[in-house]
Amino acid sequence: MMELICPAGTPAALKSAIEAGADAVYCGFNDETNARNFPGLNFSRDELRKGIALAHGRGAKILVAINTFPRAAAADIWQRAVDDAVSAGADAPILADIGLMDYAARRHPNQRLHVSVQAAAANPDAIAFYAEAFGARRVVLPRVLSVPEIAEITRETTCETEVFVFGGLCVMAEGRCSLSSYATGKSPNMQGVCSPPSHVAYEQSAEGTTSRLGGFTINRFGANEPAGYPTLCKGRFSTAEGAGYIFEDPVSLDATTLLKGLREAGVTALKIEGRQRGRAYVESVVRHFRHALAALESGSEADIAGLKPFTEGQASTLGAYRKTWR
Amino acid sequence: MNDPSAASPGPLPTIPPLLALAMRPLPLLPLQLVLTAVLQRIRRHNPAMFERLGNHARARFGIRPIDLPFAFVVEARPPRLSVVRDLPRSLDARISASLANLLALLEGRVDGDALMFSRDLAVEGNVEAVLALRNAIDDAQLDLAAELSSLFGPLGAPVRRAFEAARGRMIGPSQQSEQWR
Repeated sequence: MMELICPAGTPAALKSAIEAGADAVYCGFNDETNARNFPGLNFSRDELRKGIALAHGRGAKILVAINTFPRAAAADIWQRAVDDAVSAGADAPILADIGLMDYAARRHPNQRLHVSVQAAAANPDAIAFYAEAFGARRVVLPRVLSVPEIAEITRETTCETEVFVFGGLCVMAEGRCSLSSYATGKSPNMQGVCSPPSHVAYEQSAEGTTSRLGGFTINRFGANEPAGYPTLCKGRFSTAEGAGYIFEDPVSLDATTLLKGLREAGVTALKIEGRQRGRAYVESVVRHFRHALAALESGSEADIAGLKPFTEGQASTLGAYRKTWR
Repeated sequence: MNDPSAASPGPLPTIPPLLALAMRPLPLLPLQLVLTAVLQRIRRHNPAMFERLGNHARARFGIRPIDLPFAFVVEARPPRLSVVRDLPRSLDARISASLANLLALLEGRVDGDALMFSRDLAVEGNVEAVLALRNAIDDAQLDLAAELSSLFGPLGAPVRRAFEAARGRMIGPSQQSEQWR
């Protein structure tokens, strides 16, 4: 059966994920070394050690996302994160930067390494490089591939593949976005914050809710209109061609209906996005996919409607898995 | 309506307008005293929650249940809470939602982002402070029934039952209360 890899932004969410049926939980340190560096979120070193003990006691694994790109002259922060994750007993760090991958492989040659989605390894040659050069055992595939393309990759590489099945989507090639940097000076890839909340403002008025990022008005939602995250890529803009979502609609990925195809494509693990979300999200989404995987094994029908309340914009998509625009 | 016992952000009931109207003349001080004691108890028993607030521990949050005729001003450090008819201007952030959704958020029964997506939660002011507060509360796994009932000594058990009955009608039983039974 494919593994279920679940998010946790706090120790309580980690516990919820395990109780709901996660095979592995991924989390990050409370600093810029991970791509969900939001206030009140993430793990201290001590919390990680306790989380690993809890997970291992229940037969689950812990993966530590160290998936931002080290700043010049500050690589020691990221290297220390790798060292601390390994010494805490993490089952694998999830790394994006090629230099950090090299450091981890040299310093901890027996440690299992995963390639982050932020590395944007989207073809067999790139994946083979990570596997051969650093001994990477698994790659998290970017959300730009169709299911047949994933099948092609798994046929051509010995590296395990992990794919997203639920949660937020990113319109850019993973790890290559400058929209947040342009508007706020802070980057998801360097500081770990896409659209940092310090630069987000909401204004409530009779017309609805206006969201701004770094002074840019990016959307206005009517009173009962479903909303999305305050990111530039999901902004609704007026142009000479009309008003609308120019880059991407505010929707969430939901690949519940594609699990059979992903299994046949040779995927090893299914990943749920959302370390920034609450325990209620983690518990419900993990349980949903645990049931869907059980249904897949037994050949019965899975519930495909239960997750709508958790989706951005109250809508879901199959994203690039089914490229209807081609 | 969704099953209220499920950990999903389905629509939760609101206080009927007539009941809210009947509450309007009630004095606020007794409620303020009880809620202040609950806040101080939470502070004593959940130090990690206040660490998660980080630089925002001294922020002043205005919390408005949209279906009640009063609101709350809450500070974490030092722990202070006041019940007011109208929120003052001098706040770092304002959070508004129905009472049921606010209670469910406090107990981690709903996801804050999902409430934002469905427009059941509105935020103004310092969004970073609000996010820190949301994440700190979500990690704390608060059991409001236990916190409240502990204030009432020998009357704690009936107070707990009364609170749980009211909460059950609004957001369903908590995991803690199910285990307690």
